[in-house]
Amino acid sequence: MKTKEMIEIRWHGRGGQGAKTAAQLVAQVAMKEGKSSQGFPEYGPERMGAPIRGFTRISEEGIRLHCPIEHPDVVVVLDDTLLGMPMITEGTTDETVFVINSDADPAAVRKVLGISKGTVMSVAATKIAIDEIGRPIPNTPMIGALIKATECIQLESVKADVKKKFLDKFGERVVQGNIRAIERAYEEVKAE
Amino acid sequence: MAELVGLTGNEAGAEALKDVNPDVAAVFPITPQTELMHQFSSYVNDGEVDTELVPVESEHSAQSACFGSAASGARTVTATSSQGLMLMAEICYITAGTRLPVVMPVVNRALSGPINIHCDHSDAMGCRDSGWIQIYSENAQEVYDNTIQAFRIGEHKDVLLPVMSCLDGFILSHTMESVEVIGREAVQGFVGEYDPAFSLLDTQSPISIGPLHLTDYYFECKRQEVEAMENARQVILDVGKEYGELTGRGYGFFEEYRLDDAEVAIVALGSTCGTAKAAADQARENGVKAGVLKLRVFRPFPGDQIAEVISRMGAVAVMDRAISFGLQGGPLFNEVRSFANGRCPNLINYVYGLGGRDINATEIESIFHELEKIKDSGQPGELYRYIGLRE
Repeated sequence: MKTKEMIEIRWHGRGGQGAKTAAQLVAQVAMKEGKSSQGFPEYGPERMGAPIRGFTRISEEGIRLHCPIEHPDVVVVLDDTLLGMPMITEGTTDETVFVINSDADPAAVRKVLGISKGTVMSVAATKIAIDEIGRPIPNTPMIGALIKATECIQLESVKADVKKKFLDKFGERVVQGNIRAIERAYEEVKAE
Repeated sequence: MAELVGLTGNEAGAEALKDVNPDVAAVFPITPQTELMHQFSSYVNDGEVDTELVPVESEHSAQSACFGSAASGARTVTATSSQGLMLMAEICYITAGTRLPVVMPVVNRALSGPINIHCDHSDAMGCRDSGWIQIYSENAQEVYDNTIQAFRIGEHKDVLLPVMSCLDGFILSHTMESVEVIGREAVQGFVGEYDPAFSLLDTQSPISIGPLHLTDYYFECKRQEVEAMENARQVILDVGKEYGELTGRGYGFFEEYRLDDAEVAIVALGSTCGTAKAAADQARENGVKAGVLKLRVFRPFPGDQIAEVISRMGAVAVMDRAISFGLQGGPLFNEVRSFANGRCPNLINYVYGLGGRDINATEIESIFHELEKIKDSGQPGELYRYIGLRE
């Protein structure tokens, strides 16, 4: 029941990978760009490693919906061990764009997903995170890949937001690592 | 100065309390307490408010400390959720019965058992006869706006009652959305300096608070509480209007969404109303003249006003996110029906979303189509229904 101007993103990850943070960060950046947005997690058992979902809605108009996303325009998967699970493709349509954290190329990922239509993109975000940030937390590079896939927000706005949020808490090194990770994933994400 | 920021419902509630800068906050700092008070306590820690934060050992003690604080004439807040409100309930009646205008955001969540942490309205509905004013929010913006207005409403000299500012657990409390905040100066100007009518600390006019009222005066006290709640009606409207003049967002007892020419309508509380508005738009594209009555104020209950609106409709569904065992249908339905008193013959009830079960716009649109059938046939059929339930 979304309007045409709205983009709905569903995030899948495991507890500790930053899916909730990414869902809210993208929403916040969209707000700063003057759009309406929502970012919300789905809460279940709070266990490191348990499958979790996050949601982002971005619209040029106000957003009134307060329910989970049924038919996502974009599915972002932070952990490729989730790929075989039915929840990844649930509610998706022929137009859904899948952005997957995986070392495998998009064609191989499509096979695991078991879908024939839609767009599949992949990027080795965990490897990028280890290289650039020093920790296997793939959420910020996956935002870079999401932006390449959808242009739902501007790359520059995300970099500015990461800098603002992380600088006091984590310092310049972490900020630069995250920014490089976002840029690399933006460049390296592959479509079929 | 007004500013657009991204806040969760919890943060919006905390932001409102920060801008009000109350004298005392008495809080139980552990689950089922929410991030709302977590956020507010960091404002206290960072010196952004002058509030004296009193961490206590239980929710029962939190409300008891609020009682003492409010009796001494301090502007007093707390916040709670779910089981926490249940543990407070004993003292909630005392705060209201002593006419102490405490303000309390309540993050609405289900009650155990079975154990559950997600949204429904069972907690606040369990306190509906405690003498507290209850205001519900559709989104994070309203959480901010309603929490600020709560002070003016509760503290009004004709009212002097505590106020719950209710927000849906997780659906609002953990969803980040755009919120326009108006800032400390504007909020201070709106709520004004708190000038309590009575104070235990006023040694010039010593008073007793909480003495025994047996068969001689208890009944009269309760009658006065009825009067206070009646007086709250006009105060809620006045405060909502004045807030509208300040911010451009005015508030009444309820919002009428596309009801002018509607033939079928849904009556609901809280975040579901936003989803229902989107569903009404979609139903209209599919040929059903649908509308939504978004109820904001549940206590005092604006029954006459609701009845007047729904009596124009061909069929109406009341949505309850709570249940009343042994009385068919939920509490909102039964209250709406008692005021409709036959004026809206095709009035049905849906219980939905217990324990956080999702309700989406497609499901709500199906209710509008069902109402359309009822309107055309004149046969309401089953009055007490469930949606989103596996049977």
